[in-house]
Amino acid sequence: MSPEVKPDYLISPEGLRLDGRRPDELRPIEFEVGVLKTADGSAMIKQGKTHIIAAVYGPRELHPRHLTLNDKAYLRCVYRMATFSVPDRKRPAPSRREREISMVITNALEPALFLEDFPRAVVDVFIQVIQADGGTRCAAINAASLALADAGIPMRSLVPAVAVGKADGTLIVDLGDMEDKYGEGDVPMAILPSTGEITLLQQDGSFTKEELLEAMQMGLNACKYIHELQKEALKRAYLKRAPEAGSEGEDEEEDYEDDLETDLGESELPEEEE
Amino acid sequence: MAGTYFQKRELVVPGQLLAEGRYRASVGTYSQNGRIYSSLVGLAELRGNTVKVVPLEGVYIPREGDLVIGTILMVAGNNWKVDIGGPYQASLHANNALRRPYDEDISRYMDIGDVIAAEVIAFDRNTGPFLSMKGRGLRRLTDGMILEVSPAKIPRIIGRRGSMISMIKSRLRIQTVVGQNGRIWIRAPDIPTLRIAIKAFRMIEDQAHTTKLTDRVSAMIDGELAKLKGSETSTDEPEERAAESGTSDESSDDDNKEDVSEK
Repeated sequence: MSPEVKPDYLISPEGLRLDGRRPDELRPIEFEVGVLKTADGSAMIKQGKTHIIAAVYGPRELHPRHLTLNDKAYLRCVYRMATFSVPDRKRPAPSRREREISMVITNALEPALFLEDFPRAVVDVFIQVIQADGGTRCAAINAASLALADAGIPMRSLVPAVAVGKADGTLIVDLGDMEDKYGEGDVPMAILPSTGEITLLQQDGSFTKEELLEAMQMGLNACKYIHELQKEALKRAYLKRAPEAGSEGEDEEEDYEDDLETDLGESELPEEEE
Repeated sequence: MAGTYFQKRELVVPGQLLAEGRYRASVGTYSQNGRIYSSLVGLAELRGNTVKVVPLEGVYIPREGDLVIGTILMVAGNNWKVDIGGPYQASLHANNALRRPYDEDISRYMDIGDVIAAEVIAFDRNTGPFLSMKGRGLRRLTDGMILEVSPAKIPRIIGRRGSMISMIKSRLRIQTVVGQNGRIWIRAPDIPTLRIAIKAFRMIEDQAHTTKLTDRVSAMIDGELAKLKGSETSTDEPEERAAESGTSDESSDDDNKEDVSEK
């Protein structure tokens, strides 16, 4: 690995960033749901060169027992970086940074989940960073919330997250590693799109009040876009498993044998009453 | 503004707006400010004015009255601790399983590792699930095999008023116990039939959210049975039988079935 050098500028004279993006442009994001067979739910995200896999197990019996919460399930997120995820080998021992990010991710996801449905149990979320190129905590939240949905954990909504930062005095969305290192600041945030509630907001570097408010607005818009990608990825994963579902969805012949069956006649009733 | 925002049996994702106005939120949904949203990945359904989402994934959460298949983990005094899958371990009290008077050492009747069919008689947020074995068909399972499927797919495997499971049972002439916790006990007359049964259950599990499934499963079974008849004369069956016997080791003690359960 050639020694990393500080780039001369983060925003080119043409107003473009190191990788040619406009300031408000996200990196290409690719989601895949259900990548791990043994997990109850799993998801993979590729956001630029950042590559993360999240696995969800549970709700299941909680060990050690003393962590038990009697009114809701315990959410346990573990964020780990692979030793080969960064140019200088990451030492495999859990670092302070990893523990902090694990906690931050737990706090970002917990408001979205109906953990009170599973008292005394645990929901385990294991997040492995395969390749890190900035924005890992946000990408991890994006992937983890998809994995939770894939595991069938009831939730208010998916949780999209993105980082907004500042480089050469310009606010930029979705920082890469270089922009994170040599830029002037970084504001990672996560939201619940249905209500616009913010579940993660951190900041390093210095921002004026106006800059911070604008950064948050940019983050909000980017989150909404990511949320659309998440929904699309989730639907794609399930529709793929049923090739016939699309074509047969049209015919109204009643064949769905759930014990709480919908009857076509009944379902029409309330519409007429309105 | 009132109405629903989904097609019948549409695949919905958590947070998706389903209905507004005079609708009632049911399983798989939640309501906020008079609007009903999905809380799961699943198929949206409207029944009367109740909106619900049929889940496609999820662990087993006990409900009173469920028939479950469990494995005994521990003998604790007058209780058996039973693994019924999912996050909650169940207890079975000897009074709910044995006729009195019974021996002080209840491990004489059922011991660690035994597989049982039982009913959930009590479960709420505070007290873990309690089981009972007083009822028809609730017993220790001593032969056959257990197939594990996703508990979310069990309603589909049973079918409306049992249509799917009774079709499979009568076609293949097998005996089954379908536990709500995603475990299916199967006793088949021979290994090839067992393999078809497993294939049928796996097929339902994979395609649980598609329509006309009963017909397709029935067609698949017909095809497999026809193949079976054809191959019986051509004698390439023995090796297939050998390959399968490893996965169903419980089926070997067929001959000592009923008398053991009385012990």
